[in-house]
Amino acid sequence: MEISANTQSIAYLISAVLFILALKSLTHPASARRGNYLGMIGMAIAILATLFGSEVQSYGFIVAGVAAGALIGSVVAARVEMTAMPQLVAALHSFVGMAAVLVAIGTYLNHDAAGTLNPVMMGELSAGIIIGAITFSGSVVAFAKLQGLVSGAPVKFKGQHMLNAAIAVATVLLGVHFGMTESMTSLVLMTLLAFILGFTLIIPIGGADMPVIISMLNSYSGWAAAATGFTLGNLLLIIVGALVGFSGAILSFIMCRAMNRSIINVVFGGFGSESGGEASAVGQAAQKGVKSASVDDAIYWMEDAGKVIIVPGYGMAVAQAQHALKEMMELLEERNVEVKFAIHPVAGRMPGHMNVLLAEADIPYDHVREMEEVNPEFPTADVTLVVGANDVVNPAAKSDSSSPIYGMPILDASKSRQVYFLKRSMSPGYSGVDNLLFYQDNTSLIFGDAKDTIEGMVSALKGGGH
Amino acid sequence: MPDTLVALYVFVLSCFIGYWVIWGVTPSLHTPLVALTNAISGIIIVGALLVTGLESVGTAAEIFGFIAVLLASINVFGGFLVTNRMLAMFKKKDK
Repeated sequence: MEISANTQSIAYLISAVLFILALKSLTHPASARRGNYLGMIGMAIAILATLFGSEVQSYGFIVAGVAAGALIGSVVAARVEMTAMPQLVAALHSFVGMAAVLVAIGTYLNHDAAGTLNPVMMGELSAGIIIGAITFSGSVVAFAKLQGLVSGAPVKFKGQHMLNAAIAVATVLLGVHFGMTESMTSLVLMTLLAFILGFTLIIPIGGADMPVIISMLNSYSGWAAAATGFTLGNLLLIIVGALVGFSGAILSFIMCRAMNRSIINVVFGGFGSESGGEASAVGQAAQKGVKSASVDDAIYWMEDAGKVIIVPGYGMAVAQAQHALKEMMELLEERNVEVKFAIHPVAGRMPGHMNVLLAEADIPYDHVREMEEVNPEFPTADVTLVVGANDVVNPAAKSDSSSPIYGMPILDASKSRQVYFLKRSMSPGYSGVDNLLFYQDNTSLIFGDAKDTIEGMVSALKGGGH
Repeated sequence: MPDTLVALYVFVLSCFIGYWVIWGVTPSLHTPLVALTNAISGIIIVGALLVTGLESVGTAAEIFGFIAVLLASINVFGGFLVTNRMLAMFKKKDK
């Protein structure tokens, strides 16, 4: 069976509409799952319309590639831990980048053999290769940092920005040379330099800026698809590429706004060098008059509270404390305590990371509130429990204009009657800034592993509390 | 109007659609959004199919195309399935 070019175009249009509806359905958790199915249908239509079109004539490699990819993709999707979602996403971004590079080179080879190359096409090809290659190697670095294969700390050296600029200029010049001369050597050099550029652009960015980086690479993978669409004259690829590109760009903007930093500052700033001053922090803290508390102290306040707000951060993910939190939430609710979770936009290692972990632990999404929604509620909360978060509740962001995090919107945990911090040690937050909240009269710190501490709270509540 | 210009029109207008649709996404679903856009960007598979399936394709292009099909398929299947798995976890209070 073979379908006409017109039928194929209509099919592509239908799948583009289905993709837009799929993204639109993410406005609410109740409609989101249906939206994902629409996306799947859209993809199936696009793939079938391509296979049955007149251009595709040989199927051997295609069937083998799709079968292997389907198997690998399905197994990985079924097995991946929710805490490892940022790594998975980074890996998948790298695949899109690499696929864009390979498609562009393959297109070049096909057109070179047929003698149908032209300057516009070669310009589009170069754009696809450069964006795709940066997406690939950048995502590989992000993956390695998230997976802990390399240190999450920013790698900085003198002249770094100059080096990046030089590589970028050289890459573009090679692209222009390739467009004018069809030189294979320029094409290969340009590709190699673009791979290197992706690497050198991402290494100076630290672990806690990963929500921005994940979003940015998400955006790049979209632009890579759009560039491929221009090369192939395929409107579906262009539409989808623009949708994905903008999605990532908007997420990057939202993440930067939540840190009160510009994208330029994140990309070139190398924020939060994890250096010095941590070792003796516990001793210093004692001198500065930080109160430490026991599990029983916290339970004493929480069991009779009207409202408890829990602020989760990356530390919760590391300790895998979400399931224990869910159990504690239920025990408190049995005692008619209102329990809410307050999420800062940049908590975790990717946008919305905390929400997924809480959902995984079966915590209903109507208990989980965003920053703007929950901030007015802190003054009426009897207890705020901070689990593995730090900078996002630091009042220095409001009061201390010399602080590096000054101006960053924060969760107003300091306004609740009692604040309990679950902490491993006195080490400062990612920004390296001391947290003023520690020294407030109504704040106490409970030292230890977050999961152990919460499990301790659960057994205390089960034992009838006080 | 030349094809490249038509493509440019479509591109610019799609950017506007993307802009408006994405701002409507609730922050609690930002991780599924990243996963879903990831799956959708697997649409690059269409390009991979076109390169690989050409009748007169040379061996080098065929191999590049095959790897591209493989990678894009991992994206499509892995992306949609993991999004589905995540979205299934988002529940309202059921008592």
